[in-house]
Amino acid sequence: MSLDLGVFCKNNLDGEVVEHCFSALFGLAHNSDPSYLDWLMKAWVWTLSVAGLSLTIALILGLLMGTLRTLPSSSALNKFLIWLSTSWVELFRNIPILVQVFIWYHVIPAFVLPLKALPSYCLVSIALGFFTSARIAEQVRAGIQALPSGQTAAATALGLTTAQSYRYVILPMALRIVIPPLTSESMNVVKNSSVAFAVSVPELTLFAMQAQEETSKGVEIYLAVTLLYALSAFAVNRIMNQIEKRSRVPGFIVSTDASLAH
Amino acid sequence: MKSKKWARGCLVAATLLMGTLNAHSASQTLDKIKSTGAVTMGVRESSIPMSYTTGDSRFDGYHVEVCRMILVDIKDKLGLSTLRINYQPVTSQNRVPLVQNGTVDIECGSTTNNANRAKDVGFANTLYIEEVRIAVKANSGINSISQLANKKVATTTGTTSVQLLRKHEKANGVNFDEVFGKDHADSFLLLESGRADAFVMDGSILAGNIANSKNPKDYKIVGEVLATEPIAIMVPKNDPEFKAAVNAAIAKIVTNGNMPKLWDKWFLKPIPPKNIVVGLELSPATKNAWANLNDKPAEDYVKK
Repeated sequence: MSLDLGVFCKNNLDGEVVEHCFSALFGLAHNSDPSYLDWLMKAWVWTLSVAGLSLTIALILGLLMGTLRTLPSSSALNKFLIWLSTSWVELFRNIPILVQVFIWYHVIPAFVLPLKALPSYCLVSIALGFFTSARIAEQVRAGIQALPSGQTAAATALGLTTAQSYRYVILPMALRIVIPPLTSESMNVVKNSSVAFAVSVPELTLFAMQAQEETSKGVEIYLAVTLLYALSAFAVNRIMNQIEKRSRVPGFIVSTDASLAH
Repeated sequence: MKSKKWARGCLVAATLLMGTLNAHSASQTLDKIKSTGAVTMGVRESSIPMSYTTGDSRFDGYHVEVCRMILVDIKDKLGLSTLRINYQPVTSQNRVPLVQNGTVDIECGSTTNNANRAKDVGFANTLYIEEVRIAVKANSGINSISQLANKKVATTTGTTSVQLLRKHEKANGVNFDEVFGKDHADSFLLLESGRADAFVMDGSILAGNIANSKNPKDYKIVGEVLATEPIAIMVPKNDPEFKAAVNAAIAKIVTNGNMPKLWDKWFLKPIPPKNIVVGLELSPATKNAWANLNDKPAEDYVKK
């Protein structure tokens, strides 16, 4: 089986070979038709955009919901917040991601009309972000509950309010503990962003399906797409690794053995 | 012994992966049909009315019925008393590889015969000419492709219509906002829910989806014919004898005057399972294909 990588230098109108492989994207050739390589790069940008937006939503909401789940049930407000965050997690992690994407794209805009004006990549990012936030919330909760109860007791003894003890004592330690599972979750967002093809976001998976039909070069197209997904996920892995190293506190549990960070 | 079996399994897997099938005997397909007494027909799930499921793993449609007639003819030719037909549902993505590797002996769906695919598979003589059209909401006031500038146009991922739209954009300097449905039903949902202003696709698929919708009167097919494409039955490449047998059977069906009856049955009368009417009149192009049987690819139909 020989690979015909020349397919990426053909334009996507009539399959003629273009002057420069990156013809349209960087303006190397004037008025040239876009090649499959140009299209692949655009699709990659879409994948990264959807993943980035989803991850931002997921981290903010996941952190919030995970923290709320661990509140002491001392007041009525706290009890309500615990109930809210628990429902949030159970709702979003019990529905398959593809179904959630369809609900955000087809069902919810039918009832909430302003959402109809939102482009599909925003809706899919909300769906993916909420789905992932439920998983991140559970990891944050696990991190908080992994701390010895003496920490909270000590914070209270110092006269800190609940908000202050979370801000200055609990979260700084808990978040360092959960960086490794958050790394996997962040890489998962990149890979899960492939569901965006189902609602017409022109990202890598949609590119693969359409381009292999037009060119009959399925093997080359899928190899290129696989490579870009792997590269993106690995880049996220390296970034998280750097964050883990930089935020390390000497002597704290997660940082005693440097080899575990890999 | 065990390792030998394993090695053979690997070899089979490798052959399947490579998708190559070297025909040694005169007609591998006919030999296989004769020795097993069974044939595998590739069908589509929802290409109404060409090839679709009527529920309970039963398949029917214009091309499926033609294929059944062809297979009866081949059965007689091979002197078999019975011939079991196994139906194998295929998709736009896997139909060519499945015919290439011999999983499917004859594909009776809605496949465009084009030069690119003809490198990998063979096509029987064309019995249906598809015209790519535009479906819009009846109250939209859109009547031609020129009115689609800056409008949202839906089409289905993995079809030739996507490329067609791009070519049209370039040639006329108009700009469409393309949205892609993952299948035809999804693309139609985009039109129905107002996420797209038009759905550009093969005429029969548009007619089928409109007929199946909640209010068929809300939609209409408008505008010029954007492209003409021959839709043909797919057979393995490098098996001229099998292709000749299929074409001989097709010629027999046409001379017996069965085609107008089949058209009437599938395109103009209510069809199972929901008794909808597709309502697509016989086009002069299709009539012409019946009169002059040929297997020309889509490239030969491009108007110059």
